[in-house]
Amino acid sequence: MPHLDAAFSLARFLMRNEDDARDVVQEAAVRAFRFYGSFRGENSRAWFFSIVRNVCFTALKRHRVDETNVEFDEELHGAAGPAVDPGKEIDRELDRQTVRAAIEQLPPEFREVIILRELEECSYKEIADIADVPIGTVMSRLARARQQLHQILCESYEREK
Amino acid sequence: MTHEEIRELIHPYVDGELDVANGREIEQHLRGCDDCRRLEQRVRTLRTTLRKSLPSYSAPTKLKRSVRTGLRNEARPARPFLSAWLLFATGTACALLILAFAFFQNARATRDTLTDELVSNHIRSLLATHLVDVVSSDQHTVKPWFDGKIDFAPEVRDLSSAGFPLEGGRLDYLHGHTVVALVYRRNKHPINLFIEPAATRDHTDPAASTRRGYNLLHWTQNGMDYWAVSDLNAAELREFAAHFTS
Repeated sequence: MPHLDAAFSLARFLMRNEDDARDVVQEAAVRAFRFYGSFRGENSRAWFFSIVRNVCFTALKRHRVDETNVEFDEELHGAAGPAVDPGKEIDRELDRQTVRAAIEQLPPEFREVIILRELEECSYKEIADIADVPIGTVMSRLARARQQLHQILCESYEREK
Repeated sequence: MTHEEIRELIHPYVDGELDVANGREIEQHLRGCDDCRRLEQRVRTLRTTLRKSLPSYSAPTKLKRSVRTGLRNEARPARPFLSAWLLFATGTACALLILAFAFFQNARATRDTLTDELVSNHIRSLLATHLVDVVSSDQHTVKPWFDGKIDFAPEVRDLSSAGFPLEGGRLDYLHGHTVVALVYRRNKHPINLFIEPAATRDHTDPAASTRRGYNLLHWTQNGMDYWAVSDLNAAELREFAAHFTS
C-alpha cells in the first residue's frame, strides 16, 4: 500500500488526533481500492490524497456541529489577525512540538495547503487538483496560511522567551 | 506590475511556481523594495523552519494491518452467504421466467393449432358429404344417436325458433379426441358447433376469434367446451351462442 505514511501525515494534521486519522485513512484506503477502476490519471499519490482529504473534511464537518467551529471563509480568515510586526522574525530553530501545535491552530483549509506544500512538497497544480479549487485559490490560501503561521510561531517564540 | 501585485506573487516566486518572465520581474523589484525583500526573506525562513521541524508521521502498524484486512475483504467479490443467496435467487428467477415463457408460448401454440383444426374440420365437413351423420332437426333424435359412441352426453338444443334450425350431428376428431359436432344453419350458412368435456367446470363467456375468414366463438358451460365455427358474420354467430347458452 504505497503513500500510506504520507496519507496518514495529512490525515493526522487535518484531524489533529491519531484515532480519527487512523479511521479516516482506513476509510480512504477502502474507497481508493473500490474506485481505483475509475482512476484515469497518472498521479496516484495526488489522487489518493484527494480521497483522504475529502474523507477528512467530511469528518471535520461532522465534528463542527459539536464544536463551536465556524465554517471556513476565505476572506474572513485571510484578513484575520493584525499585521505582523515587520521587525519580528523567527531567528532560531523551533522544536517539532511547537511547529506542530502552531499548524494545528490554523483552520483546516490552511493546514491542508501547508502540509501538502511543505511536507508532501506538492506543486500548486497538484494542490489545486487535490483540494478541487483553482490555482489562484491555492496561491492566496498558501500566502495567508503562511502569514498566520508566522504570526503564531512568533507569538509562541515570544512566550518562550 | 504594481507593488501589491508583486507582493501577491512573492509566495509562488519562492515556491518556484512562476514562469521565467514573471520571475525576472520579481527579482528586479526585490532589488529595489525593502518591504518585499523582507516578506521574501520571511517566507524563505518559514519554509526552512518547516522543512526542518515539521513532523511527518508514519502510519501506525495497527492502521497498516487494518487497511490490509479491509482491502482483503474488499477484494473478495462478495460475502459467500450473500453470493449463495444471490445465485439461488437469480437462478430461481431465471427458471421461473423461462417456464412462464415456455408455458405462454405453448399455450398460444396450442390455441393456434386448435383454432386451425376447428376451421379445417368445419371446411372438411362442408367439402365432403360428411356434414352430418345423423340427419335430423329433432334434438330428441340427434342426442340419443351419440349414446354409446362417445363417453359424454352433449346438450342438443333446437334453435329453429330463433332462426338457427338444427340440421343434424356427427362425430368429429379434434386434437386427438373424438368430439361431437352439431350442425345448425342460419339461412345458407352452416354452423358447426364442436362440443367436448372441458378441463374445468368454470363458466366462460363466448370469446371471438377469426381464422381464414371464418368466425369462431369459444365458451365453456356446464363442464363442456363449445366451439362454434361458421362463415356467418360475427354478430349473428354471437346471437347463436346467446340462444344456445340461454
